Amino acid sequence: MTYLSKSPWLLHYNASSCNGCDIEILACLTPMYDVERFGIINTGNPKHADIFVVTGSINEENKDVLVNLYEQIPDPKVVVAIGICAASGGVFRECYNVMGGIDKLIPVDVYVPGCAARPESIIDGIVKSLGILEEKRTAMVKGIPVKPEMNTAVREAGTE
Amino acid sequence: MSIIYALLFLLLAPVAGGLIAGIDRRITARMQGRVGPPILQAFYDLGKLFEKEKVVVTNSQNFYVLCYLVFIALSGALFFGGGDILLVIFAFTLAHVFLVLGAYASNSPYSHVGAERELIQLMACEPIIILAAVGMYMVTKSFYVADIAASNIPLIVFLPGLFAGFLYILTMKLRKSPFDLSTSHHAHQELVKGVTTEFSGPTLGCIEIAHWYEAIFLLGFVYLFFSWSPVIAVIAIIIIYVFEILIDNTFARVKWPLALKSSWLVTAVLGILNLAALYIIGGFLK
Repeated sequence: MTYLSKSPWLLHYNASSCNGCDIEILACLTPMYDVERFGIINTGNPKHADIFVVTGSINEENKDVLVNLYEQIPDPKVVVAIGICAASGGVFRECYNVMGGIDKLIPVDVYVPGCAARPESIIDGIVKSLGILEEKRTAMVKGIPVKPEMNTAVREAGTE
Repeated sequence: MSIIYALLFLLLAPVAGGLIAGIDRRITARMQGRVGPPILQAFYDLGKLFEKEKVVVTNSQNFYVLCYLVFIALSGALFFGGGDILLVIFAFTLAHVFLVLGAYASNSPYSHVGAERELIQLMACEPIIILAAVGMYMVTKSFYVADIAASNIPLIVFLPGLFAGFLYILTMKLRKSPFDLSTSHHAHQELVKGVTTEFSGPTLGCIEIAHWYEAIFLLGFVYLFFSWSPVIAVIAIIIIYVFEILIDNTFARVKWPLALKSSWLVTAVLGILNLAALYIIGGFLK
């Protein structure tokens, strides 16, 4: 075990979420759940982040922002999709302006289902992602490339 | 002997600084009704930062951050080695100038705003620190830290105004609310992250170590005011640090003009009055 899993800093990005999941993420920081117990800090800077927490689905307006933020996070990093919208688009998936879940653009490591996802399941998802973060770190030390290929076809083609 | 003290500072200050940072976070959490992170969390964070990929925006920023770390460590080593306090203060200022240059090295607007605010904080802090050194000279007749610390004069009795002024800017230097303008321990979404926005991984780790050195140096400066009795000095340092944490948790951040004006006002009133009083008393004593 390395220090990575003892001090995971999150970057939270709201990609057109209805704010339900965002409120639940904020609830994790309150005295009730207090994720700082595990060294988790909700940072606002991608360059300081280890875990990319995304809520909501992607569309034409935010797809570049999402990819930009993802690329700014230094390796090793993991992506956690919070809520059903981030996983697949949820109830909005058939909307003309919605492209679907965030895994169409960036590689997702952990999916946390729910509408909205409960704080307990969010914490569970983050803890699960710590294991993956460790694996990626090990791979990075061994020199195995950890950068998974991104779905550039969707990025360039826009909405399907 | 002074070399030993300087070496001890270089070796132990990061350990003590990290522990203080951990205890600080724990007390802060308790004040907010939370459990808080482990005491060693600051070291876990540092270890994590050195495990991350080194992302460099511009190569010059590495040089500036290294200079920041070296000059902070140097000013602290000079201080604990009993050197000239004026040299210590100038090395300390220079260190922060390097941090500002590092923040200016990238083209990020957030980093630039942070750098500008760091400069404003430097302007706000410098006068009272230099006046404190002058006040110590007027009482002990020496600019050498070793002589000031060895004198049996209770400096706090002669320099209450300068001490209060120093406490005022200590909040700024420890990056605590209401003066955590350029970067902050708590407001992680504010201005992205101010001066440290463009630093990541090991580079950010170096800034963190420098900040720990800085905290120990500043607490050492507080010690000088009580140096006639080490026991009282240590108790005073603990009370002052807990007081800083309390202020940190009970005050909202102020805007930069208020931070600058108020610190200059405190310097002008408390600092100058204190020096004037010393001058008059000194005249009578002769």
